[in-house]
Amino acid sequence: MELILSKNWHVPDQRKLSVAEKNGAYSSLKKIFGMTPLQVIEEVKASGLRGRGGAGFATGMKWGFIPKDNKKPVYLINNFDESEPGTFKDRMIAEKDPHMIIEGMIIASYAIGAHTSYIYIRGEYHRPWEILEEALKEAYAKGYLGKNILGSGFDLDIFQHRGAGAYICGEETALLSSLEGGRGYPRIKPPFPAIAGAWACPTIVNNVETLSNIPYIINNGGAAFKKIGTEKSAGTKLMSASGHINKPGVYEVEMGLPIRTFIEEHLGGVWKGRKVKGVVPGGSSFAPLTNDEAMRTNLDFESCAAAGTSLGSGGFYVMDDTTCMVRLLQFTTKFYAHESCGQCTPCREGSGWIFKIARRIESGNGRERDLNLLEDVCSNVVNGRTICVFADAMAMPVQGFLKKFRNEFEEHIRLGKCPHG
Amino acid sequence: MSFEFTTENKKKFEDFLRRYPQKKAALLPSLWLVQEQQGWISPESMEYLAGLLDLTPAHIFETATFYTMYNMKPIGKHHIQVCNSICCCLRGSEGVVQYLKKKLGVNVGESTADKRFHLSAVECLGSCGTAPMMQINDDYYEDLTEEKIDQILEKLK
Repeated sequence: MELILSKNWHVPDQRKLSVAEKNGAYSSLKKIFGMTPLQVIEEVKASGLRGRGGAGFATGMKWGFIPKDNKKPVYLINNFDESEPGTFKDRMIAEKDPHMIIEGMIIASYAIGAHTSYIYIRGEYHRPWEILEEALKEAYAKGYLGKNILGSGFDLDIFQHRGAGAYICGEETALLSSLEGGRGYPRIKPPFPAIAGAWACPTIVNNVETLSNIPYIINNGGAAFKKIGTEKSAGTKLMSASGHINKPGVYEVEMGLPIRTFIEEHLGGVWKGRKVKGVVPGGSSFAPLTNDEAMRTNLDFESCAAAGTSLGSGGFYVMDDTTCMVRLLQFTTKFYAHESCGQCTPCREGSGWIFKIARRIESGNGRERDLNLLEDVCSNVVNGRTICVFADAMAMPVQGFLKKFRNEFEEHIRLGKCPHG
Repeated sequence: MSFEFTTENKKKFEDFLRRYPQKKAALLPSLWLVQEQQGWISPESMEYLAGLLDLTPAHIFETATFYTMYNMKPIGKHHIQVCNSICCCLRGSEGVVQYLKKKLGVNVGESTADKRFHLSAVECLGSCGTAPMMQINDDYYEDLTEEKIDQILEKLK
């Protein structure tokens, strides 16, 4: 299979501009400056590229939402907040091939008419931040950024904006609040950022991996990209693989790869010769799959959705057959209780409540009615009762674990202790 | 204890202002700069930033306290943040936290008496493929074992 994103990761010094250029970096720019912005958007639409940050929204369509009669400045934001537990792929692109990200941002900015663009990078990623700073400096020096890029008349500045430790800032409107210098509070949509985003101006927020696919699409054409993967999930996907496997790491796979093949052939199987008990394919905010479900599911948006979960951001983790699922849910709910921004009552109170109940069951003090209580709290925080979808992201794994591994929860309550010690 | 940016940091601050259409947006980078200069966000530094950015000290406090990475009190020189989130827990992060607690003689959220180390347990740091792991100040330390932790801390003394 043809690698799009990781093809130069093995090249020493690929992060240096001179080396990256030899491998084709920035070669798409000459091409786009001979196209109209609308043609660039059409090419991306034709590629079928969908957002890689978790929602899977069509990228070209999103770019097309910038109002045609707009007179305000337009902004592009590269969402590098990467905080979904299980996800570490964007960090790998930045560390291995940062110029691919910048090239993608230049094309996207040209397409939507942005002259200022920001990389919102999570505060913990200090090393990737340094690498990108260096790459930006090199790109400016070579005339790929700044005024009149390659004589095209197009101007673009890219700045990095560091977060400071808040998962919610990966939610696009929370990100905008944080960029503007406040708490990372999500905002009510509509208006969507494409209409009124950063400083109430039209803004497109795209994930790092999404933008990194753009140079390939311009160089090879949308149709070539569309041929890779499945009909509705075009291209490749970077999977961050962790948990109880022999070879954790970031893998670029063609969309539609069976999970069974991924685990057995790419990840070296389950560690210590054990078996799979469960798999979370797309990050902690979605339901886990049982072994049986995982073995008949593929890594693409449709197949994961049909299995009742999501490909999400590709945060793929495997639990072996000795894993206590109650304990894992306790850790999962701890995350959401810690990260709720606190704006909306159902989420703020619900996240803490759910964590307390999960902890109670794991420690052996669970009550028989606790499982119904958990389900009850979940059903009361989801489906539009809050400003953003954080509450839904918290409820989905809880509902999933309860449904699929209910016997383990019942056993904890019956025994009054964790049978796994 | 009053606060003022050093001459070098004043230049950096001016550069922040040029990046955004509104002054207020320079708040997060400015807070980082304060922390870089003195290790934490003191009340005086927040008043200072309020003056520079035409914001109220209350807005600065409200914003700074939202984010876990701004230290609202002085802490030990080497800030050890152990990832104790979902994927790290699958590979033994709780053992790392226990080991560090015992080794340093502190609880999570505390600094050692000599102020050399501060221990935190944090949520996902985006390094699940090399779990268990920890961040010390700006650097990631991955695939941890007790021996490895000993060696890392030894070098920081």
